[in-house]
Amino acid sequence: MAGVVIIGAGLGGLRVAETLRASGYAGEVTIVGDEIHLPYNRPPLSKEALAGGVEVADLEFRRKAHVDDVTWKLGSPAVTSNLKEGTVTLADGTVLHFDALAVAAGIRPRRLPIPGPQAGRVVLRTADDAQELRAALVPGAKVLIMGAGFIGCEVAATARKVGCEVSIVALDAEPMIRPLGAELGAGMRRRHEANGVNFYLGRTITSFNGTDHVESATLDDGTVLACDIVVEAVGSMANVEWLDGNGLDLGDGLSVDDAMIVEGTSNVVAVGDIARHHNALFSGPKRRIEHWNMPTETGKRAGQTLAALLAGEEVSRAPFSAMPSFWSDQYSHKIQSFGMPGNATRIEIVSGSPDEACIAEYFDQSGLVGVIGIDKTSELAPYRKLLMERG
Amino acid sequence: MIKVSIDMDKCQHYGQCCFEAPDVFALDADGKITYVAEVADDRRDDVESAADVCPMQAIEIS
Repeated sequence: MAGVVIIGAGLGGLRVAETLRASGYAGEVTIVGDEIHLPYNRPPLSKEALAGGVEVADLEFRRKAHVDDVTWKLGSPAVTSNLKEGTVTLADGTVLHFDALAVAAGIRPRRLPIPGPQAGRVVLRTADDAQELRAALVPGAKVLIMGAGFIGCEVAATARKVGCEVSIVALDAEPMIRPLGAELGAGMRRRHEANGVNFYLGRTITSFNGTDHVESATLDDGTVLACDIVVEAVGSMANVEWLDGNGLDLGDGLSVDDAMIVEGTSNVVAVGDIARHHNALFSGPKRRIEHWNMPTETGKRAGQTLAALLAGEEVSRAPFSAMPSFWSDQYSHKIQSFGMPGNATRIEIVSGSPDEACIAEYFDQSGLVGVIGIDKTSELAPYRKLLMERG
Repeated sequence: MIKVSIDMDKCQHYGQCCFEAPDVFALDADGKITYVAEVADDRRDDVESAADVCPMQAIEIS
């Protein structure tokens, strides 16, 4: 009895397991997680769960009855693997044998090698990270955020709500410039500034200062910013090191085909943040898409693939097609996106202005590739249909 | 019949559910979610999909 081993106990891993069962696979399913928690929803970690009052148990995904019989191995990440022999070794020494493997190991925050004390420098990816950061977010605390992407901006909004003093240092010219573009990014910056956030854009941090704990940061222009806590939100790295030595290209996640089968393998699928795939709705090279809805889209497809493979049936090679979509809540504002606005070469604001409720359309050579609305949820829906028709 | 409910403390009115089961979930003119609380059993798959894609995981089915 080897069955299916799923590395990663997040949303993607859960969706693979659910789909295996829903597709009739009755063999063994083992889900391995590096965290001790059952699959939970991460978006609230930078918002409700950070402001307090929401615990990880409140964030657990509804687990459907048909996955009651999967085996959970939590708190011990995969450390090595031998795909030819069909084995994965976990940090606690356990060796798992598999007939098929699903890689749903996700990403982790990138850390920059900046000199100075480590204590007081945190990242935000897991429920435990959120708990650590929450303890530091007290009224009056000086919070320095590295990175002006979505996580950095959401943490800034939450920290202001709690009553912290907040600075954002980022190399980018505007917050969330990819994918919002400069105009909407500037509009969101002004909203943050109106709420008391200080921006240091086009800047990097050259050192952290303090004896045991971070007390200040020195920027590349010599500015010194006092801080009690530093949140590092400067991008991510795929958790693929445990696949080293199998002859796979691990340079940018894992390249998969339309069935989510990892290039160079026959019984390994990858899903979620680390799966680099084509999308029939959008031309161009394979891409990893770190949006919340993609683990569900890729996980369902990968589950179907494995169920067919293990039943000896033909695997569907139909083009993979999914609408990328993201959302962000900052203060009372809602940003919502459909498509691939980050690919755009031209942006047109078609409704409102960047400082009020607005909609922007994003174009490349092929035409409309994405849409982003700020506080325009109901008017955005028709765009999704329009973008779906590209396929 | 399937009983559908939305935890309105969690719901942020993103409207993702409306794409999966448009006969059950809808956004009104103010951008607020409205839904049908009881639906036929044969709608289960789409209602389950709607619950799966809710970013706030606010939809409950019984």
